[in-house]
Amino acid sequence: MATRIERHHYDVVVIGAGGAGLRAAIEARLAGKRTAIISKSLFGKAHTVMAEGGAAAAMGNVNSRDNWMVHFRDTMRGGKFLNNFRMAELHAKEAPERIWELETYGALFDRTKDGKISQRNFGGHEYPRLAHVGDRTGLELIRTLQQKIVSLQQEDFAATGNYDSKIRVFSETTITELLLDDTTSARGEAAKIAGAFGYYRESGEFILFEAPAVVLATGGVGRSYKVTSNSWEYTGDGHALALRAGATLINMEFLQFHPTGMVWPPSVKGILVTESVRGDGGVLRNSEGKRFMFSYVPDVFRRQYAETEEEADRWYTDPDNNRRPPELLPRDEVARAINSEVKAGRGTPAGGVYLDVSTRMPAEVITRRLPSMYHQFKELADVDITKEPMEVGPTCHYVMGGVEVDPDSAAASGRVTGLFAAGEVSGGMHGSNRLGGNSLSDLLVFGKRAGEHAAAYVDALSARPRVSTPDVEAAVDTALAPLQRESGENPYTLQQDLQAVMGDLVGIIRREGELSDALKRLQELKQRVVNVGAAGGRRYNPGWHLALDLRNMLVVSECTAKAALEREESRGGHTREDFPKMIPQWRQVNLVCSLDDNGEVLLERKPLPRMRDELIRLFDRAELSKYLTDDELAQYDAVAGSGEAAGATNKTEATR
Amino acid sequence: MGTKRRFRVWRGDSSGGEIQDYDVEVNDGEVVLDIIHRLQATQTPDLACRWNCKAGKCGSCSMEINGKPKLGCMTRMSTFEEGEVVTITPLRTFPVIRDLVTDVSFNYQKARETPAFAPPAGLAPGQYRMQQVDVERSQEFRKCIECYLCQTICHVVRDHEENKKAFSGPRYFIRAAELDMHPLDAREDRKEYAQQSQGLGYCNITKCCTEICPEHIKITDNAIIPMKERVVDRRYDPLVWLGRKILRRDELEDRPGDGNGSMAPSTSVGVTGVAAGTPFSSARAPEGPPIRDDGRMDVTELTMPHQGGPSPFGDDQAFPLPPGNFVYNHPAPGKDEAAPEGGH
Repeated sequence: MATRIERHHYDVVVIGAGGAGLRAAIEARLAGKRTAIISKSLFGKAHTVMAEGGAAAAMGNVNSRDNWMVHFRDTMRGGKFLNNFRMAELHAKEAPERIWELETYGALFDRTKDGKISQRNFGGHEYPRLAHVGDRTGLELIRTLQQKIVSLQQEDFAATGNYDSKIRVFSETTITELLLDDTTSARGEAAKIAGAFGYYRESGEFILFEAPAVVLATGGVGRSYKVTSNSWEYTGDGHALALRAGATLINMEFLQFHPTGMVWPPSVKGILVTESVRGDGGVLRNSEGKRFMFSYVPDVFRRQYAETEEEADRWYTDPDNNRRPPELLPRDEVARAINSEVKAGRGTPAGGVYLDVSTRMPAEVITRRLPSMYHQFKELADVDITKEPMEVGPTCHYVMGGVEVDPDSAAASGRVTGLFAAGEVSGGMHGSNRLGGNSLSDLLVFGKRAGEHAAAYVDALSARPRVSTPDVEAAVDTALAPLQRESGENPYTLQQDLQAVMGDLVGIIRREGELSDALKRLQELKQRVVNVGAAGGRRYNPGWHLALDLRNMLVVSECTAKAALEREESRGGHTREDFPKMIPQWRQVNLVCSLDDNGEVLLERKPLPRMRDELIRLFDRAELSKYLTDDELAQYDAVAGSGEAAGATNKTEATR
Repeated sequence: MGTKRRFRVWRGDSSGGEIQDYDVEVNDGEVVLDIIHRLQATQTPDLACRWNCKAGKCGSCSMEINGKPKLGCMTRMSTFEEGEVVTITPLRTFPVIRDLVTDVSFNYQKARETPAFAPPAGLAPGQYRMQQVDVERSQEFRKCIECYLCQTICHVVRDHEENKKAFSGPRYFIRAAELDMHPLDAREDRKEYAQQSQGLGYCNITKCCTEICPEHIKITDNAIIPMKERVVDRRYDPLVWLGRKILRRDELEDRPGDGNGSMAPSTSVGVTGVAAGTPFSSARAPEGPPIRDDGRMDVTELTMPHQGGPSPFGDDQAFPLPPGNFVYNHPAPGKDEAAPEGGH
């Protein structure tokens, strides 16, 4: 069979052109590596543009009491202590540098009065911490990184006469398979990455990258859900590629449902209303007009949140002397509260609750502070948020789970080397729940690290891994198969069926019976996906593209459903109606997914790494007692005691 | 419950194509992109169309709806009359790849040619200090979602393939303006660059880009005019001014873009179908904005014969076009050299 395959040789191939991918590519190029960026969409259209609130970084520009330790604490708290502590630590420490760096690339953040980067309040963050640009921070981030890449290409053009000589963007290109060096795996070692295989969406022609290092930065999995804020690209490609290459996924049961997505009109169902609407004074009310969040403050948060509307309202102007409004609880708490109100029959006609800023501040303040929100609602829904409340409800937004990585190098764990992951596709950083604003900074911190370590890995290799021809032939066959089954099943129908299974049975509130049922249905879908067909040719054929994405969505959905069934507790982005409590013993467990030799999902329990002494000392005993087992608390007491004896350097910080 | 509506969608590729009719269900509160997705899911699984965020933030789903360039995700079905036929065609200014997907690499090429932000020497990361009032001007332009609607509507390139070489288009004028107004950008020559290398002079301020911008960026008033004005300001020379007063336009040396004759009035050679032989409104002598006695330009366009400038579709063309007799042939690259196809 004479199939044309375009071959390219690179040092580092970055799959994904969102914040993490672009930042990784910049770092790899700065390290002198020939770098390819693969983007499923056009360059600059990545889902990162949808991030509205901001990028969390403890720069202390607005409140000088903020520092990395406070940020670290908030992150661990938000993730219910399931986070990989080292990732949370690196993230909190390095986020300010990564933000400042963006300014040298040309980013224009909103400013404080003294000309520094302004920072805003956000759910779960103790101090104003989110660097922002109105409510289009994600767009600013992607544009800045995109323009930095163009500027590097301009430097390369000046030096070599070719813009693409050191860093090239392959837009509208999808990777379907990672390729391994067979000789390494045959010797029983971890297999080395040798390249990546995919197709140009535009022409349907195949493309093969031979490269010793691959950075996955493909984002999330939301397209497997009925109501989602995610774009079509979020089909879990990186998760699935990693699994098939022998890497492992962790925390796949934890999905974040953003509490406030639009529920009306139906065409924009799922689109987010940024949390900063609440940070700036927006309140949640049910159909009876009650500000219901006061009834949903969990015990662990009781001390930090206001108990009366009066105190909550004073907080906006005097945050030092008042506790914050319960509308600013972490997202999962808000999502659950809304879900409960709707289930209790106090929801809006479209099945949400009201989010109101119109009665809280003058119209011109709303349009100035939330310009694109105003714009979006006006244009998409013909709703004027300065005059009437919005109708909002939970929508699938972010997957905390992802590729298990080494915290410092972003290298994937498992039976593969040369594979790195950063951003939403990686797991561990956010634990069981991500704080708003931590995602944009996560992209930058770990994108940089992934690019840097991928480059270092390439330097340390003695010989280039080789792509094996049979693997490429197999990848070609798999990719062409749906086109040869013109009368096969409609890929759009299959996607809808998958979305129904995941949305109805593995959604925001989960039960054992439904999860088992979901696993059964996923097996049935697997059989049907084998027979998926795509009419039409190879040129820009969305039906074919979806047919190929489906197998990724399926395997990742299976990981989520299996892990959700296994974890018999409720924590962060995983709520079991049959196990409503958070259980300290479960905090010590990571659920790790891999593929066995037959391609079946294998689920294992692995222990969490133990937090270093000086880090655990940053927390109050009272707070830790809600998360830790008795044994762990005894260990903490020993550590805390010795710490104080040794001089208690962090004493003021730790007991604030 | 939904009602059936008639949709006409251009199907084809670079070798040609035609508008095809579809009857498809439409529900309350839907936008045009929803209908395209329904077509894909139920009738035409291989209908090619770009989209990403479906919220007017990524600028992927640009298409021409009843002849007007728009974002599919931002065009509510309720804006059409009941029973109105909706015709969807690809962006006309760019070569078609397949169906509604066009090759927009022109824009990426122009982006590469525009010099990047030049960081100020001696300022370490974290030391940048700027006032909100100073960053706001550039921030307006950074709202751009790169949907390229302004690029596709701009008549300098819409019907003049040959201008693409020398003309960067509104998207890159606002990029130049953004950097020009950036409080810390170290380059001083953004305006000169826009004039000399981006073809700013080709723009005769018809404001089509501003009107079409889904982000409501005031491209003409806040970027193009200030850039032009200050370039004129710097290049002002009394002798040039006198020359402008006493010489005929065609005797002036530095008519913008005159070097390669590409600003000559267009003919309707490349137009086929029912519109064949109809001159474009842009088929008039290119004319810069009037220059006042002090050598500056008016900042508003109130002095122009039409406020907001002429429509590239012709001033007497009302939208939407009458259903049924809307013919669309995607212009081939190099159409201007090609012989007229003639007829319908």
